[in-house]
Amino acid sequence: MRLDRELACQEVVELVTAYLDHALDPNDRERFEEHLVFCDGCQNYLEQTRATVRVTGQLEHRLPPELEDQMLEAFRNWRIG
Amino acid sequence: MESLLSREDAQLVDGLRARDEAAFASLVRMYGAGMLRVARMYVSSRAVAEEVVQEAWLGVLSGIDRFEGRSSLKTWLFRIVANTAKSRGVREARSAPFSSLGDDEASVSPDRFLGAGERFPGHWAVPPDSWAGVPEDRLLAAETLALIARTIERLPPSQRAVLTLRDLEGLSADEVCNALDLTETNGRVLLHRARAKVRAALEEYLR
Repeated sequence: MRLDRELACQEVVELVTAYLDHALDPNDRERFEEHLVFCDGCQNYLEQTRATVRVTGQLEHRLPPELEDQMLEAFRNWRIG
Repeated sequence: MESLLSREDAQLVDGLRARDEAAFASLVRMYGAGMLRVARMYVSSRAVAEEVVQEAWLGVLSGIDRFEGRSSLKTWLFRIVANTAKSRGVREARSAPFSSLGDDEASVSPDRFLGAGERFPGHWAVPPDSWAGVPEDRLLAAETLALIARTIERLPPSQRAVLTLRDLEGLSADEVCNALDLTETNGRVLLHRARAKVRAALEEYLR
């Protein structure tokens, strides 16, 4: 018999990051996964979050060239000492 | 203490110790942008943050001989820039960067859930769609990536820095907390809010 109240979707969306980091305690993890079994909306939300993380990881991420040059300049000055 | 460095990290460390410009240049290329975002958590202007990053690199160069490899090289670099920015931020007398943690931001707009008077309060009224049918080349298109970049740029600085370290630089939760001196909970809250906003922007865009 389960005494825990069922999770509402509004609560599930706030647990997604902890779930993906394996940071939920075993009881919460079980409730989270049980909810997903019957809830397409939350399954989609989790899938969207995973896709968001994956696509974010594809971003190009560089300093503007003039700033990189400035850092290299500082390096050369440091090396001359 | 035994060094935990990857081979690539170990080569870069050796390069820095030998004052090799190529090693320095590749580190700036790999981590410079992330370091700038970390600096912006603690100082008020982009210009000051740029100075902080430069100062941090000098700290890296003068400290590299003492680096023992107890963390990954990038965690150490981000920690140095965070510490440099913090002392600069104190000189600037700026308020703590986590003041935004206190407020209670919802990941999803409350009007997408059923209200208290409904049979299933808190359950989806307007559920998200599956993205299984979204073609991969649309998801990874330049326009989609530009939208994500703009959304990240508009995040509060601490959320932006944590998201950058986790999802762009690939640090673990532990590494981010170590680099930024955050509790596990604060690190997760910042990441959660940042990811929720990026997801919401993508959902809106792909609808």
